[in-house]
Amino acid sequence: MPTVNLTVNGKAVSANVEARTLLVNLIREQLGLTGTHVGCDTSQCGACVVHVDGKSVKACTMLAVQANGSKVTTIEGLANGDKLHPMQEAFREHHGLQCGFCTPGMVMSAVCLAKGHPNLTEKEVREGLEGNICRCTGYHNIVQAVLAGAKAMGG
Amino acid sequence: MYDFQYHRPASLADAAKLLQSAGDDGKLMAGGQTLIPTLKQRLAQPSAVIDLGGIKDLAGIKVDGNAVMIGALTTHSTVASSKDVAGKIKALAQLAEGIGDRQVRHCGTIGGSIANNDPAADYPAAVLALNATITTNQRKIAADEFFKGLFETALKPGEIITSVSFPVPEKAAYVKFPNPASRYAIVGVFVARFGSGGTGGGVRVAVTGAGQGGVFRAHKIEEALSKNFSAKAIEGLHPPASSLNGDIHASAEYRSHLIGVMAKRAVAAAG
Repeated sequence: MPTVNLTVNGKAVSANVEARTLLVNLIREQLGLTGTHVGCDTSQCGACVVHVDGKSVKACTMLAVQANGSKVTTIEGLANGDKLHPMQEAFREHHGLQCGFCTPGMVMSAVCLAKGHPNLTEKEVREGLEGNICRCTGYHNIVQAVLAGAKAMGG
Repeated sequence: MYDFQYHRPASLADAAKLLQSAGDDGKLMAGGQTLIPTLKQRLAQPSAVIDLGGIKDLAGIKVDGNAVMIGALTTHSTVASSKDVAGKIKALAQLAEGIGDRQVRHCGTIGGSIANNDPAADYPAAVLALNATITTNQRKIAADEFFKGLFETALKPGEIITSVSFPVPEKAAYVKFPNPASRYAIVGVFVARFGSGGTGGGVRVAVTGAGQGGVFRAHKIEEALSKNFSAKAIEGLHPPASSLNGDIHASAEYRSHLIGVMAKRAVAAAG
């Protein structure tokens, strides 16, 4: 079986995987980081979004072997100890969630979207989150949270 | 997903060798945004997947005289945010920005899209309308010779796209009516007008999402626009429904109507 070497949330990780193992399965089942969710499994819902080398990607649509050598950040890697990431804090403050299932993916997409863009417009946020689906349809507060989170991140 | 042998060659020559030794069951992977969903549904069972992602010199954008050359492994998000592309062919950057969603654009590539030739994909319309040249590890292929039908291209077994070169038009625009869930084109129309310079001039119009055989040129619209580049000039010239695809997303009649609307909008947007 292929071996993959990754940096996940700042820690070096080595794992044996089948070639067909998806990145999301490596993260959830072998690394035990279950904050990254699997929603649709058809590349549409965005519940599985993580950052690979700083860019938001759907971890259900990337092979674990493709991420070999990369730096991966999951929702568990955002907070600094007990201190939430500004985007997480903004989701809490603006109640940017209902059931919470889509939230990890929403937050990861939002952090990538807001990086370098503190003054996002509502239109940019809505377009930037096209790949993230909230089945509770709680988009209004999610958008408010991302706008506030982007400001708080300061670029 | 069925299991497979995974290879990540570091050079084009190694990729070609691996593809050859894998025989009929080898599959190239670029960004994987189509292939991986296909594998997950067990709609394909390759014996080997050859990941081109490790061949770094296949990605990148160069302005080369009066053309923009885009490496096969260049992602949609790189094309969308490229100042070179926006400065020379804004319509192409805008097209890239409208593919899938942000996460898909971070992975999906121009070479993968063109090689796959999905009949509802966006890039084939740009390649055909801009009269692009596709360079492979074996030869150069003109856009008019490249797209051969649904998911069919002129690529031979063992052939790998390395770059796509787009001549810079005088003006161009791409307008699509996207499926709201997938953002694939129900109908997309790319209109490009060339000056009388090296490319011979004239207008090229390519339609994606609607054809029974995939992307195609709308010759009647091209002729009318060559004489008079205005939305009025193409009133009623959309291809008949009998030549178009109908499915659960839209009937052939509706697609026919949409081609007219998207073409007029594209002409207006091109200015």
